[in-house]
Amino acid sequence: MEAIPLTTPLNDEDLATLKIGDRVLLSGAIFTARDAAHARLCQLIDQGKELPLDMQGQVIYFAGPSPAKPGQPTGSIGPTTSNRMDPYSPKLIAKGLKGMIGKGSRSKEVIDAMMKYKCVYFGATGGAAALLAKTVKKAEVIAYEELGPEAIRRLEVENFPVVVVNDVYGKDLYQEGKKQFCRE
Amino acid sequence: MKVIKTGEIIEAVKKICMEANYDLGKDVLAAFERGLVTEESPTGKAILEELKENARIAKEEQVPMCQDTGFAVCFVELGQDVKIEGGLLVDAITEGVRQGYRDGYLRKSICDPFTRKNTGDNTPAVIHINLVAGERLKIIVAPKGGGSENMSRVTMLKPADGIEGIKKFVIERARESGPNPCPPIIVGVGIGGTFELAALLAKKALLRPLGTTNPDPELASLEAELLEKINNLGIGPQGLGGRTFALGVHIIKHPCHIASLPLAVNINCHASRHKEVIL
Repeated sequence: MEAIPLTTPLNDEDLATLKIGDRVLLSGAIFTARDAAHARLCQLIDQGKELPLDMQGQVIYFAGPSPAKPGQPTGSIGPTTSNRMDPYSPKLIAKGLKGMIGKGSRSKEVIDAMMKYKCVYFGATGGAAALLAKTVKKAEVIAYEELGPEAIRRLEVENFPVVVVNDVYGKDLYQEGKKQFCRE
Repeated sequence: MKVIKTGEIIEAVKKICMEANYDLGKDVLAAFERGLVTEESPTGKAILEELKENARIAKEEQVPMCQDTGFAVCFVELGQDVKIEGGLLVDAITEGVRQGYRDGYLRKSICDPFTRKNTGDNTPAVIHINLVAGERLKIIVAPKGGGSENMSRVTMLKPADGIEGIKKFVIERARESGPNPCPPIIVGVGIGGTFELAALLAKKALLRPLGTTNPDPELASLEAELLEKINNLGIGPQGLGGRTFALGVHIIKHPCHIASLPLAVNINCHASRHKEVIL
């Protein structure tokens, strides 16, 4: 199956065509955020304050890179475990977030929010961090620099490889894939 | 009596911290190859190919194979005829870790459990020291990622639970961890001892090279049975479905109290990193 090229920001028409198991090559800007940044973003939402980035159409990558060597736009950058972001993600999805990239299962609350507001969860290969860094052409910290690896970074990526794990129809590749190969 | 200067220890630890993160062991690469032969899922095969390519890039460009360059877990065997000169052994190892993570462009991932403030230099390390016979100092650095560590558990089974209880707990732990610990995983199992020893044995079990057979035939057969059952879960590479969920199950057993059956499962991701140095 050919990989589907998609350019950010994403819209509902893009998402409607995606199904679990689809391989997608993302290009354009994506934003890193993990535990500490999510806590801060949701605090701002709770206080009714403005976010450091407009969520509409954006894709968040749950990742904290290793430091860049001289001449590299970023250090190694693979996904972190997504379930730690589950308490926060529904609030960002309600603000217009259209994609999340990580690894591992999401909660029912997140999957429900993804169906309600239209958002897709992509899996990137955990631990393939040196390989994934090759697709990052530019990286800059746009918020919370003091958080070090947990700062929010704007990454410009070209053909960043992901798989659709949860689509807007409520399907879950982790459940379906397992069923297909289970021999218990 | 042999004298080892702390400066040598610092340099050696610094070097193996970097090597461990850049250069994936041949045993793991060989396990990827075995997985490619038996994997039935095209997605699973593609992931194993990605992991091979990732390891190649990391080694060639001397960059970390995973952005999570881990907690620096150090296993030390100190010959009791060695004299450390120039300071404390633990301080020297800590300084080696600090320099390795700084100069090697490795991520600093250690923070205060309450404030979550990063210590900034990936210290303290976790250091296990054993006093042994002889005149040598052996240090193993095994950087351990957070995602797989979070999926690990210790339990105190009842003696009546027996081997069947052990099998059930290990398989259920693997099933529940699912895609989270970056499969294909390696499952370290510590059986017996006390609460804390079982956990340490499970971690030590991860150091055994993949593809080697447990010298205890009873454990070797238990490892083979558990590996088959864990792979039969169908979870596969990255949890996307397939036949290669685990690359190995490694067990260490130890005598325990008549009232207890401690059991620990320490899960490692495919970036099963460890390097050693002997001074």
